[in-house]
Amino acid sequence: MTSIFSADGRNVACTLIEAGPCVVTQVKNVETDGYNAVQLAFGERKEKNTPKPLIGHFKKAGTTPKQKVVEFRDFRVEFEGQVELGKSVKAGEVFVEGDFVDAIGTSKGKGFQGVVKRHGFGGVGGQTHGQHNRQRHPGSIGACSWPSRVFKGMRMAGRTGGDRVKVINLRILKVYPEQNLLLVSGSVPGPKNSFVILEK
Amino acid sequence: MSDLMKIVEAEYSEARAKFPSFKAGDTINVHVRIKEGNKERIQQFQGTVIQRKNPNSNGETFTVRKVSNGVGVERIFPIISPSIEQIDLVRQGKVRRARLFYLRGRQGKAARIKEKIVHKH
Repeated sequence: MTSIFSADGRNVACTLIEAGPCVVTQVKNVETDGYNAVQLAFGERKEKNTPKPLIGHFKKAGTTPKQKVVEFRDFRVEFEGQVELGKSVKAGEVFVEGDFVDAIGTSKGKGFQGVVKRHGFGGVGGQTHGQHNRQRHPGSIGACSWPSRVFKGMRMAGRTGGDRVKVINLRILKVYPEQNLLLVSGSVPGPKNSFVILEK
Repeated sequence: MSDLMKIVEAEYSEARAKFPSFKAGDTINVHVRIKEGNKERIQQFQGTVIQRKNPNSNGETFTVRKVSNGVGVERIFPIISPSIEQIDLVRQGKVRRARLFYLRGRQGKAARIKEKIVHKH
């Protein structure tokens, strides 16, 4: 992440995303697959580290092995007819400055966390008035003889982060067509150098 | 910082280059553009630099401290901010720290900073 000053003089936090070149590795349609979709692949990968079936899949599209393969279902009508097997998709062709995009990624893993961090519980809210050592505890998790059990889905402590997260309406501040880079406002899920899916 | 990030930040290197290089301990005069309604004017803020944060990135800021009518005033400026018109280096100071927070607890004679003698060869 970095920050730039917008035209009206405001400091905007932004994220740099390398968006392409992606290669179309499969085009699905209603007749053969039951639905419309386009499969894009991104990132170079060594052939010795690629499973044999995938190598064949990439060969069919006429490209080198790629790291990440993602399917985009029911893509926009305006791109229909433009997609064909083996075609390279660049950031500058799809994204325009001022567009809004959604970013999907895997959030950073936080490990085993309590309810205050995990679910935003308030905690106890004070250390005095006889309060012992349970400032960040969940409190009661249910009633007594009825229902004499804890309801399913009760929010408790546990593994936090590492989930699929979608951040919507990030504005594209700048497009660098030569380097296939996008500068979007705000943050995207996940650590640095991780993969995100961009949807328009 | 990754190499790709430098592509974005390179656009601001020009804005950074037009200012003189200054460090903590230096006295500088910052000309700040101030908008009042439709009118724009320039205000000067002269004081001692007490720190520079996040150097060589777009998020770099510097803090200027001055004592105005007996009240300590500190302003934090982003170095790539478009509202900074000009920075004058008034005096170079000789200090042994990068962050001069100890100045906050001092006033008058105790808050002086020795001048750095720059030899010209």
